[in-house]
Amino acid sequence: MSTVSNTGFVPARRLLFWSGIVALCAWVLVPIYLVALGALGGRSGAYQWPKNFLPTNVSLQPFLLFLKTEGVLQSFLNSLGAAGITVALSIALGAPAGYALARYNFRGKDSYRLLVLLTRAFPLAILALPLTVSYIRLGLYDTVLGVGLIHTVLALPFAALVTQGIFLGVPRELEEAAWVFGCTRIQAFFKVVAPLALPGLVATAVFAFVISWNEVFAASVLTVRHRTLTAYLLTVLSESPMHYRFAGGLMLILPSVVFIFAVRRYLFAIWGISSK
Amino acid sequence: MKHLLSVAILASSAIGFAGQAQSQTIFLSTQLRPIEEATAVREELLSGLDKPVDYVVEEPPQFAVRMEAENQAGKHTISLVGALHGELSPLADKGTLEPLDDLAKKLADAGMPQSLIDLGKLGKTEQQYIPWMQATYVMAASKDALQYLPEGADINKLTYDQLIEWGKKMQEATGAPQIGFPAGPKGLMPRYFQGYFYPSFTGGVVRTFKNADAAAGWEKLKELWSVVSPNSTNYDFMQEPLASGEVMVAWDHVARLKNAISGSPDNYVVFPAPAGPKGRGYMPVVAGLAIPKGAPDREGATAVIEHLATQDVQLQTASLVGFFPTLNVQLPEDLDPGVALLAGAVTATQSAPDAVISLLPVGLGDKGGEFNKVYMDAFQRIVLQNEPVADVLKAQGETMAKLMADTKAQCWAPDAKSDGACPVE
Amino acid sequence: MTQNRPWIPYALILPSVVFLGLLFVVPLVQTIWLAVSDNGTPSLANMTTMVSDINFGRSVLNTFLLTLAVVPIQIVMALTMGSMVAKMNGGRETILWIWTIPLGISDLAAGMVWLSILQNTGYLNSILFGMGLIERQTAWLTYQTPVALFIGIAIAEIWRGTAIVMIIIVAGLNQVPKEFKEAAEIFGASPWTRFTRITLPLIRPALQSALILRTVLAFEVFAVVYALGGRNFPVLVGEAYNWQNQNQNYSVAAAYAVLIMVISLAATLVYLKAIKVDPERLP
Repeated sequence: MSTVSNTGFVPARRLLFWSGIVALCAWVLVPIYLVALGALGGRSGAYQWPKNFLPTNVSLQPFLLFLKTEGVLQSFLNSLGAAGITVALSIALGAPAGYALARYNFRGKDSYRLLVLLTRAFPLAILALPLTVSYIRLGLYDTVLGVGLIHTVLALPFAALVTQGIFLGVPRELEEAAWVFGCTRIQAFFKVVAPLALPGLVATAVFAFVISWNEVFAASVLTVRHRTLTAYLLTVLSESPMHYRFAGGLMLILPSVVFIFAVRRYLFAIWGISSK
Repeated sequence: MKHLLSVAILASSAIGFAGQAQSQTIFLSTQLRPIEEATAVREELLSGLDKPVDYVVEEPPQFAVRMEAENQAGKHTISLVGALHGELSPLADKGTLEPLDDLAKKLADAGMPQSLIDLGKLGKTEQQYIPWMQATYVMAASKDALQYLPEGADINKLTYDQLIEWGKKMQEATGAPQIGFPAGPKGLMPRYFQGYFYPSFTGGVVRTFKNADAAAGWEKLKELWSVVSPNSTNYDFMQEPLASGEVMVAWDHVARLKNAISGSPDNYVVFPAPAGPKGRGYMPVVAGLAIPKGAPDREGATAVIEHLATQDVQLQTASLVGFFPTLNVQLPEDLDPGVALLAGAVTATQSAPDAVISLLPVGLGDKGGEFNKVYMDAFQRIVLQNEPVADVLKAQGETMAKLMADTKAQCWAPDAKSDGACPVE
Repeated sequence: MTQNRPWIPYALILPSVVFLGLLFVVPLVQTIWLAVSDNGTPSLANMTTMVSDINFGRSVLNTFLLTLAVVPIQIVMALTMGSMVAKMNGGRETILWIWTIPLGISDLAAGMVWLSILQNTGYLNSILFGMGLIERQTAWLTYQTPVALFIGIAIAEIWRGTAIVMIIIVAGLNQVPKEFKEAAEIFGASPWTRFTRITLPLIRPALQSALILRTVLAFEVFAVVYALGGRNFPVLVGEAYNWQNQNQNYSVAAAYAVLIMVISLAATLVYLKAIKVDPERLP
């Protein structure tokens, strides 16, 4: 990489290169820093003009106050619950489908792909409406499970398509070799394919988690008391003072940042695994 | 893998269902939704009760969906609802509210004015809801703005011409428009048209929607809008732009001005909305408490209503959230000074000799949103997009006439009574 | 290997088909029916209401303009970011992590983040004021400043939505064999030629999935617009939301939903036709 032909330009080009990197990092991070300032600045900070870019007058107090507000903690747990269900279901249902798409040619494969694409092309919030009545009849209305189910509709197609790519990346020859050595198909899958596909599956799980964590509208239509964090924030925040809004924004951002950090090694496995 | 998945599902469901104690009275409200107000309700107003109350808030549209869905499915979770007069009226029309006559009688003896209690009948023979709190809309100005007030103008008897002149002077002096309206997506601007603009300029709301008075009024509003902050279409609550100094003068619901005024009561004056050629329109707001039929905890709900209607809690409500009592009580002197300012403006509005009272729409059922949209669309086209007034009023008037015909809603004050659907003249 | 037990793939996709059937296809059909019926009989009344609404034309225009402005910039930024990390040796993982953070940020949160910057008493005005470029708070997000409002919304969308494009493209770049580039370098191809002639054609599948995903998401943009523009910048999903929530008219909301679906499907088909890809490598 560093074998740039024209050595005289190297320092200047290096400088340009790294300032580009730094600028792009700042582009991502500075807005988050600013919203954190807003969340920690309290009411007086929100009205201050002109704004101070340095963290003076900052304390954890306003954010802690926000966390203690009735409903915030519970809805945080609800969000975790719904996301957990979404992750479990979308992998349990999506991975087999992805395996089928990767390994078999069968009639109806294209129709199945179309069905999956359709789900991405439709604003799902609107679907929550006809679902409300069915949910009430089934007792799923206002439950975390119900929200998890609709979020699975969002995450499942994604899981199926991505796992297809992951399984395509596991060489078929390895699996066939396992059959030759006397493994059943199921044994071969769990002993040979699954370990190789695991990083990709983990990344898929994180994507499913993020999809559910961030979904607002279906969750707010289908719940009353067991709101997810986004649904809860949507109802209360738009009518709350600025520093509460910023605290809510920060609260939405932090868990995703931590999660993406935890799986950053696997993130690119999703699309990249087939490059051996 | 499978094992892991089932554990994950179990654990997640357990998280979700924890804390779902059944021994609570569930109280669903469309009022006092903002976090700070809801916290005050939970921690202060509902704290003296034996049985814990789960106070849940919901925006009016979702509230309607929710009540309808619970009713259709026949599974009730909500024991008590708190909502505006107009939001409760479709529920009463469908016969889904428990009669509350015993409670009403008790409260009448405790000093709740009969006229208010009768509102809670919603035109039926039985009591549908118990009046909970009242409010209205007023204007607030920071004291810095008073120096620009036109000569001879009495702030408590302001006219539209004076307001426009005031706005012009402030704009000249400060370089930016200083009047603000809550015309954002969640702002209460439709109520401005229904309760203030139309009654002041035309003496009606629906009948007079497209007449010559209305056309003249819209021209006046365009003139006013040239000195109104263009950020107004982003404002939902005027207390924030007032407190941050983005505007100096604002119109809004008392509860949506309260935080700014109570925060520094010495910096503000609060006064009635301006008068037009037909008088000073104003819209009283009444929120009520009702028990849905099939409520799982009727006793608990009744206890909550009685608690919220006691004199102490009513006064506490006023000082904490800026809604005024429905009981006939004097606000004490040592009340929160901001609330006292707001209360003063409310009294000045109600007792103004040229006051034109405008009631919240009734009988529109679930078309309340589309009714608001007629006014907001007219506003957007005439004022923001500068389309010819006559064309817009004609087109929107047709939409309005169709809406009235579809809902068969009769006219309400200040429009004259009608047989059948309220006509657009 | 597929011939002896033809039922296997069907058994594998069956659970997901049943699931999507119950929770997607059934409500989808109900919604479409809602859009094209009136009191139980087929009717175009809802479509007429939708098309004649004052915000319809503007919301279609705004949605398309925003998509056209945002998607190409995101692709270019993602390609730049991808080529940059490809040249890095140390710290690559950290930089990639930072760049992917917005992936986890919901549109609701992104709206709040940019509101804190662009509002009247926000950070942008504070900088401009500090540098003496403006004398007082300037409003950027109003109906009187449509261009600034549009740019603000586009920036927020670019900030939030570029990460997903970058991940797909970086993954695609990882798949380009080193030998190709080295060979090209030996033959003296300039970096630009190497990029357009070798890299770009080889990452077609990644480019195609990135375009499809981002375009469909761009047509569904809503919460960011709502947070920044209020009712000043109508977009299609926002109108659907308003008809459903504010106006309580589910049939017109359903009509909008069907329209959005048709547009998204059309865009997907265009990409599938325009960028030919070996079907085996479709993600």
